[in-house]
Amino acid sequence: MTVAAPEEAPVAEAPKAGATRLVDRVFKMRELAILVVFLVMIAVTQAGNSEFLSEQGIKDLLLNATILVLVATGQSLVVITRNVDLSVGSTLGISAFAAGVYLQDGGNPVVAIALAVLLGIGFGLLNGLLVSLGQVPALVVTLGTMYIIRGIDSIWVGSRQITAADLPGGFVDFGSGGISAVPYLALIALAVLVATAYYLKHFGSGRELYALGSNPEAARLAGIPVRKRILAAYTFCGALAGLAGALYLARFGNVDSGTGNGYELTVVSAVVVGGVIFTGGSGSVYGAALGALLLTSVNSVLPALGVSSVWVLAINGILLILAIAVDRIVALRVALALKKRNARHA
Amino acid sequence: MTHPSDTGPAPVLALKGISKSFGAVRALRDVSLELFPGEVHALAGENGAGKSTLIKTLAGVHRPDTGQVLLDGAPVVFHGPGDARDAGIAVIYQEPTLFPDLSIAENIFMGRQPRKALGRIDHRATHDATAALMQRLGVDLDPDRPARGLSIADQQIVEIAKALSFDARVLIMDEPTAALTGSEVARLFGVVRTLREQGAAVLFISHRLEEIFEICQRVTTLRDGAWISSEPLDGMTEDDLVRRMVGRDLEELYPKQDVTPGEVALSVRRLTREGVFTDVSFDVRRGEIVGLAGLVGAGRTEVARAVFGVDRWDAGEVEVDGRRLTNGAPSTAMAAGLALVPEDRRAQGLVMDMSIERNIGLTGLRTTVKAGLMDRGAERSRSLDWAVKLQVKYARIADTVNTLSGGNQQKVVLAKWLATGPKVLIVDEPTRGIDVGTKAEVHRLLSQLAADGVAVLMISSDLPEILGMADRVLVMHEGRLAAEIPRTDATEETVMAAATGRAAA
Repeated sequence: MTVAAPEEAPVAEAPKAGATRLVDRVFKMRELAILVVFLVMIAVTQAGNSEFLSEQGIKDLLLNATILVLVATGQSLVVITRNVDLSVGSTLGISAFAAGVYLQDGGNPVVAIALAVLLGIGFGLLNGLLVSLGQVPALVVTLGTMYIIRGIDSIWVGSRQITAADLPGGFVDFGSGGISAVPYLALIALAVLVATAYYLKHFGSGRELYALGSNPEAARLAGIPVRKRILAAYTFCGALAGLAGALYLARFGNVDSGTGNGYELTVVSAVVVGGVIFTGGSGSVYGAALGALLLTSVNSVLPALGVSSVWVLAINGILLILAIAVDRIVALRVALALKKRNARHA
Repeated sequence: MTHPSDTGPAPVLALKGISKSFGAVRALRDVSLELFPGEVHALAGENGAGKSTLIKTLAGVHRPDTGQVLLDGAPVVFHGPGDARDAGIAVIYQEPTLFPDLSIAENIFMGRQPRKALGRIDHRATHDATAALMQRLGVDLDPDRPARGLSIADQQIVEIAKALSFDARVLIMDEPTAALTGSEVARLFGVVRTLREQGAAVLFISHRLEEIFEICQRVTTLRDGAWISSEPLDGMTEDDLVRRMVGRDLEELYPKQDVTPGEVALSVRRLTREGVFTDVSFDVRRGEIVGLAGLVGAGRTEVARAVFGVDRWDAGEVEVDGRRLTNGAPSTAMAAGLALVPEDRRAQGLVMDMSIERNIGLTGLRTTVKAGLMDRGAERSRSLDWAVKLQVKYARIADTVNTLSGGNQQKVVLAKWLATGPKVLIVDEPTRGIDVGTKAEVHRLLSQLAADGVAVLMISSDLPEILGMADRVLVMHEGRLAAEIPRTDATEETVMAAATGRAAA
């Protein structure tokens, strides 16, 4: 099939390519911007308190971010499909307790982690089925499952509590240990993060998550198995929430019926601050991870600077709104730039 | 229901006795259609005749209630759009369905990207294949550019590239030319002819009859969901075709009444919006229909939006009846007697899930009020009044507008704005995607309004419509007014010359 190439073929290649580069730059900049904010914050803190970036200090920063990074990675996949999972905090809590009870009875740590992940997968499947089959807004469905899972957790746990003393020593050491300043837990989170990012970029089903978040109707017409993909995104998100539960247990050694309460909103904040657009189709897990790192670091930075930690929540809120404002402005600018190019070359 | 030229090759795709109902609405009744390789087949019918449903049946979106879909003579059942695509059927929809956040290359190859080891996507090969497709189509779209912000014409090109990319044997084009300019249509037809020569079967839908006669060999006509005829176009006239479509003789398509223009109603002076349009000045007088022509992307819609106050302007001024309008304030524009019927009726003109009554009532939310509360009775009678005046075809005035056909939706948008009693009416592509019968009604309505003293500014990409309806033609080219041509001098040549920048203003 050859179509005679009409006269105008090679016209105006350069400016169009320029528009693309501009758009590329802006989206790469989005992640870069968070990184810069993060680095500036760390630098300022270090200048005010030279103890801040000690080996233990760095380790604490990374450890604090680890669990949020994991859950935010899972949440990103769901948000990219234009959905949300509010039940991740509850899933994290119940998985942590399940792993703890198993270990308390002398179980194997590896099996305990697998158990937490499986529990997470179960709840993820439940959410995914309700959202994809029920055609009910994800916000409402997962708000429901959030309360249901928390309810089950409360009934099961009651006033019991798991403490580090109940757990095998090796498990607790694993939770706080690491290779010099890099904790083992952070390495796990990093591995999951890199693998997920690679999957999203290089595998067809990963790109399809972006496609169906970007335009669900077009995704259906393109023959993408929409329900299957949404189900998979929720299952993955649940699995990571479960894994995060097991790591939470290893890190803190302390779990009760309130563990992970309200965590879902922190996770959603991290994802949005990280540039994953809430209306789907855009953003990266690296951005979400940076968002998580930024939000958790505020917790460490304020005490190091001698500022009361009551400011943490307010600052998180400001970061969130700032991020959304920046996204909006950038989107408008990009749209205008593209329009101008079009107008000139139509 | 056989057609006369059965001697050729076997049909690649056929429909036999297809019926499809949605609730109480019978969208298709016992419809048959045969598509042959190497043939461009027109599907003609007014809006609401069942063309869209038929296309969606072929595309695997709808499953027929009765009847068969035959592929190479064997019955097949499409369980979804994926099945139809795998069978080599590509559909280019009227409204392009792209993923705005993804690149053009990803849009084209979504779901079937070239793979490397372990099933990973070969991004390089995807890019190169897209670049090759773009070259074949003779366009210079960057494969890595996101689809967001592409003009409708460019989106259409991406859709066509998508169809080409899987060597579709059957190409269904649902009004592909509705938003294209003359040269883009010519380019598209070049592609269609090549596909035909290579043995593809093309089903072509267009409301522009001259296009059907230009590119198609046979035509199947539908009316009210029923099959009317399938026959060669050779020896048929446009009137024959229209008669089959509407089942009656068509009154004049452009019933322009001669009017002596009154005083200036709309005055636009040196209006500029940076990067979009520059130094645009014109007047529209009472009783006048002024056509605003130009290529897609020349800035016509943008001028209209700025005049109405939807977008802000950077310099210049707008007056209605001598009253200066506030920059970026549609409410003052409305209060001054300006009405804008937008280009995209689904996204901008209507609230699709709301009733006809409420949609028309939207412009009266401040007037149909009793003691501070909405007067539902007054709203209903106002809406009914206008729906009847414009002969909107509906079952109940409380039905949602998404149950209406495109032409009737457009009438609802018109009703909504006419109900405000405008002094100046701006209509943007008033008859895009509307069947001939309704088109004539819309034209008669515009003509009547002008005769009643309304100043009408009509933006249209349909040249015969501009030539047939306008007292004066303004032509835009790359954001500037390129020419003002009086009715007597306006021809396709003069308008197109100005629109493409070949003639000095």
